[in-house]
Amino acid sequence: MFQFDSFDAFLAMAGHGPYVWAAYGVSLTIMAWLALSPLRRQRALLGELRRRLQTQRPRGES
Amino acid sequence: MKPARKQRLLVVVFIVVIASLVVGLLSYALRENINLFYTPSQVAAGQAPGNTQIRVGGMVVVDSLERASDSLDSSFLVSDGAATLRIHYSGILPDLFAEDEAAVATGTLGDDGVFVAQQVLAKHDEEYTPPEVADAMQQAIDNKAKASTAAKGAYE
Amino acid sequence: MWQWFHKLGSPRWFYHLSSKFLPWLALASVVLIVTGVVWGLAFAPQDARQGNSFRIIYIHVPASFLALAGYYVMAAAGAVGMIWKIKLADMVMVAAAPLGAALTFIALFTGAIWGKPTWGTYWIWDARITSMLVLLFLYIGIIALSRSFSTRETSARACAILALVGTVNIPIIYKSVDWWYTLHQPATIKLTGAPSMHPDMFKPLLVMILGFYCFYALVLLLNTRTEILQRERRTTWVKELAAGK
Repeated sequence: MFQFDSFDAFLAMAGHGPYVWAAYGVSLTIMAWLALSPLRRQRALLGELRRRLQTQRPRGES
Repeated sequence: MKPARKQRLLVVVFIVVIASLVVGLLSYALRENINLFYTPSQVAAGQAPGNTQIRVGGMVVVDSLERASDSLDSSFLVSDGAATLRIHYSGILPDLFAEDEAAVATGTLGDDGVFVAQQVLAKHDEEYTPPEVADAMQQAIDNKAKASTAAKGAYE
Repeated sequence: MWQWFHKLGSPRWFYHLSSKFLPWLALASVVLIVTGVVWGLAFAPQDARQGNSFRIIYIHVPASFLALAGYYVMAAAGAVGMIWKIKLADMVMVAAAPLGAALTFIALFTGAIWGKPTWGTYWIWDARITSMLVLLFLYIGIIALSRSFSTRETSARACAILALVGTVNIPIIYKSVDWWYTLHQPATIKLTGAPSMHPDMFKPLLVMILGFYCFYALVLLLNTRTEILQRERRTTWVKELAAGK
């Protein structure tokens, strides 16, 4: 059962809104960053490796 | 297990044991200082230093809170079951501050045995209940009290 | 059994095996955490005394759980790496440090925000909060130490020693609220006995804790895989992986 009378009441949380939303906002942002940053680093690493392999191969063939 | 591995395993065990020992002894030696506050019993026994900033904690005694009508001054008793201590405070009390709830006050203990607080914090317990359930529980307690006084009245 | 142990120690084998788990872990963490957040924020009843500020518990408690459990993961990986000289264990240790630090920070941050409306202060130097701050410094120390040596072996050993010494702090954090007078209340969820919380409030908390465990496993795997690629980038299998993609 939804605990609030309206969406505005949900945002206000009876005066505790700033505390609750700040805690959830900051925590979930940090967690999203935790999950995404290793993926980004992996892509960068593999991309750099591939570029290096591509520049090496023609030289090896000629 | 190979002897080299066995030796490294011993090193690991050694590190953990030594570290635990050091920290264990250290916190044992400092145990009084690790406590955040003194209890009213400790204050009554003279274990809390006077005229220096300390913290005192306990349950706020029911019906002991007095608020001045023209200022933010308030006064209440805290108890740990064995002893009570009067606390004077001038300022806004936290929302969760209430009688029969725990509180921790920072301030100084005067020679007259009254504690003058600069800050009062509310200490809540680990129980969480929805308002309806809390109301129902309070109702049950009230009913029981009513029943027992009624029974007492009948007896008398 | 030993063969399996050593096979698991092979970074390449681990990399391929872990790719099978990743989608499921990601799905489970997202579903559980989204369910838990919506349930906890909108559908769980408010607390009779604390009102809506109590909803912070759904982040604070799971993050604290994993910050502590994650320290054991890191220290155990350090010990295994030190005793059996398994490279993969060192990588797991290094992967667990930033994750643990972030979760500890979340626990401290949400605790501070929760403290203001309930206790009346953001911060107090009581035994629970101070020992939690020490945990954050331990994690940060291990991150710093892992980056300050030129040779992998010395770095791994230094980190493992610091991680092992720091394990002392974990039982202190757990028991601080029972051993000393603190402002922080004792544990709501007990190892033995029912939680001192209404079931309507406890169910979403359980969902969040499960979600955080999945999330921890997911990010630990992702960090370890990144570490594997970084350290094994000169091997043929990683080069093939890069070329094939």
